[in-house]
Amino acid sequence: MEPVISVQHVSKKFGDLVAVNDISFEVQQGEIFAFLGPNGAGKSTTIKMLTTLLKPSSGELRLAGHNVSKEQDATRRVFGIVFQDPSLDDELTAFENMQLHAVLYHVPKKEVPARVEELLKLVELWDRRGSIVKTFSGGMKRRLEIARCLLHHPKVLFLDEPTLGLDAQTRNLLWNYIKELNRKEQMTIFFTTHYLGEAESTAQRIAIIDHGKIVAMGTPDELKQQTGATNLEDAYLKLTGTGVRDETLDSAEGNRERFRTFMKTRPQR
Amino acid sequence: MSIIYILWLRQVRRFMRSGLRIVMGFVQPLIYMLALGYGLNTVFQQSGKGSYIQFIVPGIIVQTIMFSSMFWGANIIWDKQFGFLKEMLVAPVSRMKIMFGSVLGGATISLVQGIILFIVSLALGFRPVNWEYLPLTILFMAMLSMAIIGFSAGIGAMVSDMQAFVAVNNFLLIPLFFLSSALFPLDSVPQVMKIIASVNPISYAVDAIRFTLINQSHFGLPLDFAVLTATVILLNVFGSYRFRQIQA
Repeated sequence: MEPVISVQHVSKKFGDLVAVNDISFEVQQGEIFAFLGPNGAGKSTTIKMLTTLLKPSSGELRLAGHNVSKEQDATRRVFGIVFQDPSLDDELTAFENMQLHAVLYHVPKKEVPARVEELLKLVELWDRRGSIVKTFSGGMKRRLEIARCLLHHPKVLFLDEPTLGLDAQTRNLLWNYIKELNRKEQMTIFFTTHYLGEAESTAQRIAIIDHGKIVAMGTPDELKQQTGATNLEDAYLKLTGTGVRDETLDSAEGNRERFRTFMKTRPQR
Repeated sequence: MSIIYILWLRQVRRFMRSGLRIVMGFVQPLIYMLALGYGLNTVFQQSGKGSYIQFIVPGIIVQTIMFSSMFWGANIIWDKQFGFLKEMLVAPVSRMKIMFGSVLGGATISLVQGIILFIVSLALGFRPVNWEYLPLTILFMAMLSMAIIGFSAGIGAMVSDMQAFVAVNNFLLIPLFFLSSALFPLDSVPQVMKIIASVNPISYAVDAIRFTLINQSHFGLPLDFAVLTATVILLNVFGSYRFRQIQA
């Protein structure tokens, strides 16, 4: 069977900076796949390329059989995405945000009310459907975004750090929904996170990206075996090092340089 | 069609919820109308040009529409900053439709503000000469609004911080307004001013609205209409070109 996500020799350059450097991977239908890496490693750039927001400099991306760069509209119909930063209209109500999304994604008019009700109940926001989103907490906004991106029955769900800044209860609740969706609807889940525990307990397969290259890929157990680590966090640190990264892309190279200097000038014991 | 309608509805809903924006939209023009209209009325009349309030109301309507339409471009910057733009850009909808729906929404809002100002001016003593031309007045108001919104969409797409946007606005809009025929009759100004006003499309909007309301025209309605049509098309081509270039 054809993989639902296929990335072949994809690179993305911004001027001189190579944000993503010749990466290749495949994700099968129904898989939960985690994409991990330090800040500025190329995770969000890869997601932006897979979701038509950026064009690759070279290589080919395919989503559910569609060429992402050439068949943008067809690609856009098959995925749902929760961005790293909020993307709701704060001045509209929860219901209006859902309604707007349903129209943009051509959900048949007759199905909309029932579908919106079902999803808002799923994320426990039905009672707040008439409230302006501005008044919601961070966790409520996230739940609304998840409900929204499920409206058009996506085949693939992209979640870019979906649990960032949420409390443990909300994180737990979100991952339960997501696992349930994956099990019931065979929905493919592609997510990034900095909480390695979440990746270990949720993902069936993990790819680790650093400095624009995939440095390891496999099941959580395989990654632990490969590095001789006892948990995923150790395996991850062994693969990506312990140097701290800056958030911005263009500082990635500067960081590596600073890290090297730091290692060299460190007093020897 | 329903996509354009829902994007229009989004703009209108947001506007209706912001009472402050509705009030602020015509407070400034109102001050102009009171200060200049009443302040200079006697001087204007003494030089044999009739009532200044009659003369200035079309100009102030143009000002209201210009500033409220230009402000609309700030929405694009907010959508960038608050992230909603990404939601629209990954949707399986052409960017032209996204822009068109939003432009119509913005134009509706500006038009409503222009009409409110017109009603206020009636209360302050403005009397249109040709009531039967009122539909035409509204058409020209809508055209002016579409033109400025196309332009502001382009600027909103190009810059990403509010300060830069406000600076560009003040730099372009204020000279365009003051160097048009909004506040003074063109037949009594130095040649240089006349030339500047004649290449300024805002003058044609003022002229068209002035003609339909008080039957005074400098350029003639056909020329006004032609210049406005060309301006609407040109600025919207610019706006949609820039809007298509946005990368998230």
